[in-house]
Amino acid sequence: MRLLTHNMLTSHVKGAESGYPLILEAAEVILRNVDFNPEFIKRMLSKVNWDVLYQTAKAIGHLNDIPEQLQPNVENDEEFLRKAHHVLLEVEVKEGHLICPTSKKKFQISNGIPNMLLGEESSS
Amino acid sequence: MKLKQLESHLQMVVDTFDKPKISLEQYATTPHIAAHMLYNIDTMYNDIQGKLVCDLGCGCGVLSVGTAMLDASLIVGIDIDDDALMIARRNIEEFELENVQLIKANISDTEFFGGKIFDTVIMNPPFGTKDKGIDMIFLHRALKLASTSVYSLHKSSTRQHIKKKAAEWGAEMTVLAELRFNLENTYKFHKHKSVS
Ligand SMILES: C[S@@+](CC[C@H](N)C(=O)[O-])C[C@H]1O[C@@H](n2cnc3c(N)ncnc32)[C@H](O)[C@@H]1O
Repeated sequence: MRLLTHNMLTSHVKGAESGYPLILEAAEVILRNVDFNPEFIKRMLSKVNWDVLYQTAKAIGHLNDIPEQLQPNVENDEEFLRKAHHVLLEVEVKEGHLICPTSKKKFQISNGIPNMLLGEESSS
Repeated sequence: MKLKQLESHLQMVVDTFDKPKISLEQYATTPHIAAHMLYNIDTMYNDIQGKLVCDLGCGCGVLSVGTAMLDASLIVGIDIDDDALMIARRNIEEFELENVQLIKANISDTEFFGGKIFDTVIMNPPFGTKDKGIDMIFLHRALKLASTSVYSLHKSSTRQHIKKKAAEWGAEMTVLAELRFNLENTYKFHKHKSVS
């Protein structure tokens, strides 16, 4: 699971307060090689919750030197955009867990695929 | 990438459902339809390249793989079924695509994304022949997730109903193509800024 995806995911356990951000526990991380598109990253910077991105990247040990606070006027700072690109799209948690901060429910990540099912459904 | 090239890529490598589950309406979009649909979305509407795209009910990933080939920045494919997701993963690996994210989830569940995160949603949802109304649930979710457009395949017989619902949800619907192959139709939903 990419950190961009993590940044957007909420848990939806019925009866619990909104579960955001999900706590991310990584057992195995792999690094991808995704084409760098500065326009896309700039657009994402206005959508992502930077604080959550920073804390999560830090927690799994892949901060890649991104700053704790998003600085103004980073649009032309290619070095920064490349770092943000790496953290958002190239760091992938292959095995691990997501934990809902309110209900404490655990969602497994295996083969990079988070399982967001609540456990009531069976898929086969 | 050229249309022909996209179609032959999708034809050559994409594996589809081993044992389709009827209750989940598992049938794959043909490479021909997938390639034409995605190519047009990219070249005519500029809604794929460099975009954050979502594929609801991605199945074995025909649409996700094609979207990734057309250089979406990230394509997020969501399906409820493990077997389908495993085949999708295999397809993604076979093409060495690095810009795909799969998620296992039930589209009928309430929010697991906070708001209009995606630029575009592209999907071939269940038609609702087995689970009545599931097509409209997919569509409603899609409209909540996309900040610009939703592209979706539906049966012609549901067109009037969809048109009415889309208007209720504040979206504008355009029929983009009538496909005789599977008796499916492609629709484009354009978001009105006022909807939230
Ligand atoms: C018509 S198939 C299309 C598959 C794929 N998008 C394609 O174009 O080849 C519909 C897909 O929706 C999935 N599906 C059905 N109900 C679902 C639900 N409630 N939540 C998530 N996925 C679902 C099925 O497993 C199936 O893969």
